[in-house]
Amino acid sequence: MSVRTEIVETGTTRSPQLVPSTPQALRARRLERVWRWLLGIGGAFVGLLVIFPMVWMLIAAFTPESEIVAFPPTVFPSSLTIDHFVDIWDAIPFAKLYGNTIVFAGTVTVVSLLLDTMAGYALARFEFRGRNVVFVLILAFLMVPFQVTLIPLYDVLGAMGLASTLPGMIIPRMTNAFGIFFMRQYFLSLPRDLEEAARIDGASEMRIFARIMAPLAKPAMLTLGLFHFQYNWNDLLWPLVMSSGLESATLPAGLAMFMGQHVVEYGLLMAGSVLALLPVVVFFLLIQRSFVAGIATTGMK
Amino acid sequence: MSYVPAPTLRRLDHRRSVSARRSRTAWFFLAPSLITLALFMVWPMVQSLYFSFTDYNRIQAARWVGLDNYAELLGDSNVWNALGNTALYTAVVTPVTVALALAAALYLNNAMAFRGFTRTALFLPFVVSLGIIGIAFSFLMDPNIGLVSHWLSKIGIVSEQGFLSDPKLAMGTVMVVGVWKNVGFYMVMYLAGLQSIPEELHEASRLDGANTFQRFRNVTWPLLSNQTMLICILAATASLQAFDQIFVMTHGGPYFKTETLVMLIYRSGFSELRLGYGAAISWVLMLLVFALSMIQVGYFRKKAVTY
Repeated sequence: MSVRTEIVETGTTRSPQLVPSTPQALRARRLERVWRWLLGIGGAFVGLLVIFPMVWMLIAAFTPESEIVAFPPTVFPSSLTIDHFVDIWDAIPFAKLYGNTIVFAGTVTVVSLLLDTMAGYALARFEFRGRNVVFVLILAFLMVPFQVTLIPLYDVLGAMGLASTLPGMIIPRMTNAFGIFFMRQYFLSLPRDLEEAARIDGASEMRIFARIMAPLAKPAMLTLGLFHFQYNWNDLLWPLVMSSGLESATLPAGLAMFMGQHVVEYGLLMAGSVLALLPVVVFFLLIQRSFVAGIATTGMK
Repeated sequence: MSYVPAPTLRRLDHRRSVSARRSRTAWFFLAPSLITLALFMVWPMVQSLYFSFTDYNRIQAARWVGLDNYAELLGDSNVWNALGNTALYTAVVTPVTVALALAAALYLNNAMAFRGFTRTALFLPFVVSLGIIGIAFSFLMDPNIGLVSHWLSKIGIVSEQGFLSDPKLAMGTVMVVGVWKNVGFYMVMYLAGLQSIPEELHEASRLDGANTFQRFRNVTWPLLSNQTMLICILAATASLQAFDQIFVMTHGGPYFKTETLVMLIYRSGFSELRLGYGAAISWVLMLLVFALSMIQVGYFRKKAVTY
């Protein structure tokens, strides 16, 4: 059946022998195609509903303030404006917020990815005394909610002179128990032949890691990288605690503070929010295929 | 003592040096992570436990008060309120999120038009900031200019003071946002699970005459139980730590109706500067999360499904 239908579907031939011979078969095929479209339209409708808040954000960001406060509210404005995108840079230190967020999320992602990969590789591939103890510790750390360390962490960083600074915000996030566990699981799934061959050829352990194993782990690193990047870019509680004001905050903390302090100007807030969400959404859309594959293959089963 | 030929000795020696080299390399690779975890996770945990037995307030030096904080906590209506709100939030958000994620995965596991778009759309909330999207939800639910509250009023769901200021509706509203955020992520985990079920099993039960529901009940659902367990624990743990959208949308109000444990930890530790007391409350959260994790560990040790 599959051969025949494929040929008919591509429409490359009209030879009578290749068309499904019975009217029933034809009807079943047509029914199936209709069914796929019905299912698809139903799904897409739900999908649109789910992204509606984000679409609405985008529309409202271009809506003049006079229409935003008008009653009754409407989906589509009668005129568009880019004023909010211009004004947000002066209403709050938006460039500073943006810079802080890029430095915070960017540095944490790169450094944590490196340290997690190194530690995960060591746990997956090396036999040494104490390995099991370390691994059990990492598993135990997975269970610790971050909030239990929150109050003293501020003081610990204060004692180092890092309270309310960007390095202070970054340093505790330089490694991550989940990341180490995630990378360990991935390395366990890789074959050993390549590194053994390289070892016989006399390559140093550093070289084996940097030139062979780390490149092989790229799919898992991309997935973990998105986890780290979106988590830290989006995080609210930690930057809120670690920033002394708008100047030292990240985008989510800064926008939340701005919303709390002023008469709410939604047009401005929506423009700021759109700009704040853009990098993570773009990053995700770029790597979504390998991200989903990473979830499917690594330790999630 | 037997005679060992020289080449073998050299090889043994070589092997020992290789194993020593590898052990050194392993610790070298682990050291940066372990030092960071020790300084910024283990040490703060020890401190947090210590704080919880003191009246530390960052202005004066900490004074040992024994179990006073924990005794106060047991009689504090704020704590019981926050515990109740957290339990309610978790008890509603976890099953709803998991059920919707499973439904979405089963639906999208079929061949259909726009499947890529729909999957991406459902997953997208997972990558956006809950705090920032909370601002958009506040706007949509605004009693005067909010689009969604306007639509809801047309079908008879009206709130005079606005959904987020209404003691009866505020919790429901922040719950919806919490569910919205995570369904897509768990859906992807379920999809991975569905795709790992061997097609023969479905084929066999189809030949045995099982209908769609029976196939789900007797093949798919049991084989997904590892995913279901993991997802339930992840979703419950995340719910116990609910904070972001609540901070932005209601700040714990109205009348503390949406104040969760983490909101209360934040208020005690950083607004009221009762660091000792806040630390004690954070250990309540720690215990709850730990209990959940133990359930998970127990499950996977005993009856994890393998196929």
